[in-house]
Amino acid sequence: MATQHTRTLGRMAVAPSVLALFLWMIVPLGMTIYFSFLRYNLLDPGNESFIGLVNYKYFLSDPAFLSALGNSLKIVGSVLAISIIGGVILALLLDQAIYGRSFVRLMVIAPFFVMPTVSALVWKNMMMHPVQGVLAWLSQTFGLEPIDWFTHHPLLAVIIIVAWQWLPFATLILLTALQSMDEEQKEAAEMDGTPPLSYFRYMVVPHLARPITVVVLIETIFLLNVFAEIYVTGSGGRAGNMPYLVYFQGLLNFDVGGASAGGIIAVILANIVAFFLMRMIGKNLEG
Amino acid sequence: MARAVPKSRRWLMTIIAWAIAFVIFFPILWTIITSFKTEGDAVLSPPDLLTAGWTTESYGVVQDRSNYFKFAMNSVMLALGSTAFALLLAIPAAWAMAFAPGKRTKDLLMWMLSTKMMPPVGALIPIYLIFRDLHLLDTRGGIITVLMLLNLPIIIWMLYTYFKEIPGEILEASRMDGASVGKELIYVLAPMAIPGIASTVLLNVILAWNEAFWTLSLTTKNAAPLTQFIASYSSPEGLFWAKLSAASTMAIAPILVLGWFAQKQLVRGLTFGAVK
Amino acid sequence: MKTVVAGVLGSLMFAALSGTALAETTLTIATVNNGDMIRMQGLTDDFTKANPDIKLEWVTLEENVLREKVTTDIATKGGQFDVLTIGTYEVPIWGKKGWLVPLTGVDDPADLLPAIAGGLTVDGKLMASPFYGESSMVMYRTDLMEKAGLKMPDAPTWEFIRQAADKMTDKAAGVYGICLRGKAGWGENMAFLTATSNSFGARWFDENWKPQFDQPEWKATMQYYLDIMKADGPPGAASNGFNENLALFNSGKCGMWIDATVAASFVTNPKDSKVADKVGFALAPDNGLGKRGNWLWAWTLAIPAGSQKVDAAQKFIGWATSKHYTELVAGKEGWANVPPGTRSSLYANPEYQKVPFAKMTLDSINAADPVHPSVKPVPYVGVQFVAIPEFQGLGTTVGQIFSAALAGEKTLDQALTEAQDAATREMTKAGYIK
Repeated sequence: MATQHTRTLGRMAVAPSVLALFLWMIVPLGMTIYFSFLRYNLLDPGNESFIGLVNYKYFLSDPAFLSALGNSLKIVGSVLAISIIGGVILALLLDQAIYGRSFVRLMVIAPFFVMPTVSALVWKNMMMHPVQGVLAWLSQTFGLEPIDWFTHHPLLAVIIIVAWQWLPFATLILLTALQSMDEEQKEAAEMDGTPPLSYFRYMVVPHLARPITVVVLIETIFLLNVFAEIYVTGSGGRAGNMPYLVYFQGLLNFDVGGASAGGIIAVILANIVAFFLMRMIGKNLEG
Repeated sequence: MARAVPKSRRWLMTIIAWAIAFVIFFPILWTIITSFKTEGDAVLSPPDLLTAGWTTESYGVVQDRSNYFKFAMNSVMLALGSTAFALLLAIPAAWAMAFAPGKRTKDLLMWMLSTKMMPPVGALIPIYLIFRDLHLLDTRGGIITVLMLLNLPIIIWMLYTYFKEIPGEILEASRMDGASVGKELIYVLAPMAIPGIASTVLLNVILAWNEAFWTLSLTTKNAAPLTQFIASYSSPEGLFWAKLSAASTMAIAPILVLGWFAQKQLVRGLTFGAVK
Repeated sequence: MKTVVAGVLGSLMFAALSGTALAETTLTIATVNNGDMIRMQGLTDDFTKANPDIKLEWVTLEENVLREKVTTDIATKGGQFDVLTIGTYEVPIWGKKGWLVPLTGVDDPADLLPAIAGGLTVDGKLMASPFYGESSMVMYRTDLMEKAGLKMPDAPTWEFIRQAADKMTDKAAGVYGICLRGKAGWGENMAFLTATSNSFGARWFDENWKPQFDQPEWKATMQYYLDIMKADGPPGAASNGFNENLALFNSGKCGMWIDATVAASFVTNPKDSKVADKVGFALAPDNGLGKRGNWLWAWTLAIPAGSQKVDAAQKFIGWATSKHYTELVAGKEGWANVPPGTRSSLYANPEYQKVPFAKMTLDSINAADPVHPSVKPVPYVGVQFVAIPEFQGLGTTVGQIFSAALAGEKTLDQALTEAQDAATREMTKAGYIK
């Protein structure tokens, strides 16, 4: 439908955003690539020298590298699964006629409003602490041994905290999608006595395909860069992911060269993840 | 909800929903409760809810110590400023991608998202050096620009999916009538797009409000938002739970209140868009 | 649409305007959010009254964020701060790099405790002035000790600590004989373990920077630590740091706690502590090898090189670390609240000697020697750290390995081998090992 005229206009409209993002990407990226070939320690300035691929070699051969890669994928995968499955269930529940719905809705989406640093601190010290945490108190009340989350299940603990923040986001998006479904259709289905399962399979699922795709894409971008929850809870040793490893090089070792190499590797890996993601779900975005 | 639902089922659903909501909201509730305890009571286990000496002392301490209003004002300005700035760039871009898509539009969208994939720490030194040379460290303008660029891809994405929902025939019709592109934007598109824009704004205000890495790294005092206010209360030597809880409550409160007033708008807006 | 545009322009203009307005001499002071620094912020009227042309602005941050920000800024010459709060770890490294301005306005430098001042002096010049100093010591519950039928000596051995911990532990009642740091980090568990290892005769590196985790002394240190924590430590010890242990001790769950001397004022404060009147103090333990397991740390004030406001900054640091300031705090908040551990004159003051933990703090600080931290000679400075730029990263890596060993994820031998490998790798990369 687009004419030549609108196409030109379209390009002009897109140009500022593309230009801004291009600069935002290329300038730091260029500098990062450049730094990644240098021996450049922030605490030892003036002694930069070109060392080729040494930074990459050290980053890739770091014993923590493979586990960081695994942890990154585990965090993204589990939180996505929790927030999509939980989000669909919660959205279906909140779509029902219930009393005080807007209040319930606010309570459910509230964790999304909390800064990641704050939620990590609260969960670590006030919820999951094995001595003074609420969960420990609960399990003692039921005569159970309190779980020592960050000692025995650091990755699971991190996943729970991150999921707590992103489940509300998924719920919100999916709930609004459900509410846009045709009321009459819903009623008709109910009248006909459509069994709940086939109602879900043939009406809810197709309707939610698009919003789920949007949730997956946006969440993946943020989940690949989960950092505060790992850093603040001090679980970087065993639950550390790629951003944590880069942080470790950059702000603990102050090794700018190593951190730059790590950043480049993280970008490449993230793009691979995104590529497969798009192949898997990209078609839902058509139309 | 006009559906006729049996009372018993409605009550059952209500109870289940409230129970789940309570569990999800509990950590926040607990933070608020803790903010009214003394430091000593805050770490007691089992928690002492009945005989605890309730006090607003922590809020007093926080008030005395930090200029909460300054931090909060900066948060508001950074969140609103960066979102508004991003909208300025994103609306035309999303409009063009939705209504005059080229062959590469989808790739362009993906590329935009991919600019968010670099772990921020990896780019810290380059950005810090650039900011230093442009004298942008600790300026609101500088950090607004960064937050704008950070959120621009998400804003374009969301607007794009909303705009996609607006039926093309309406535009065709207005074009037949000879409406110029400017008029098309203002009179035809804008009214239909406003709910989508509103919900995009809200989500991005939240994201900007909570952004902690760049706001902490690039601001010192003049432009420092609430994330730095929080960082001055977390993990000192000594007990800090009540004070941190008070500070956290104060940092969450504005956005929670905004969320309360906005949620209906948010739900309606999202309904129009991506998610139909 | 119009309002959006107006809003953007408005906020941009506001941002541009607010960036330029500045007073004549405003000192921006980066500081850590510990109690003594917070107290100083409340007392600055005393300084600004005497120096009406100087305005103070505080940037208060938690320790880790502060360190990242200040280091990034000073290394890139960002110039965001006029006065820095840094630790004894940074001072020798930064001083040698020429990043700090030698101090000239310090009140009676000869009065500073030699153990503290020694670590802050580079080429005979004082590079930073100590605001408060600390060591580590044993804090114990006098009531539980009595119940166990034991008497804590002033200078206990590690063996005595083990016996006492075993006897005090009553897990059914929620009492754990000993609480020690386990949270991974160069300033967390490694501060405690490195200091402890000194008393077991271990060291990080030999004279040729070869890591020493494969030596029997480190094995003995870790064996002791893991055994006692397994038998008598609280659950979750692998993620406990200073504050977590403080919370446990204050709520009556620890029999003993070995940690920073500043903790003394917290555990004896009846407002926050359930055991305030039942706490005793002793020197950090030893093994009869001539070194005790205590550390040495000070938070200090320093001026970054290149600052435009050196004169005002010198004045401020002079005031904040002076005897006058000590008296100011004592007059307003009592002697127990003055910043400890920096000056001989404070410990000679009969008023201060009445504070219960004063003597033990001074003895602990004097027992530490940052230049000769361990039994064997070492090529580095620092008691519970190694003052080289690579230590933050390396110390944290090793800390993570030892924390995992405490959590039971690794055996002792695995942990030591991994620590040795990690240290060798890092030191090779940094060029210490050729």
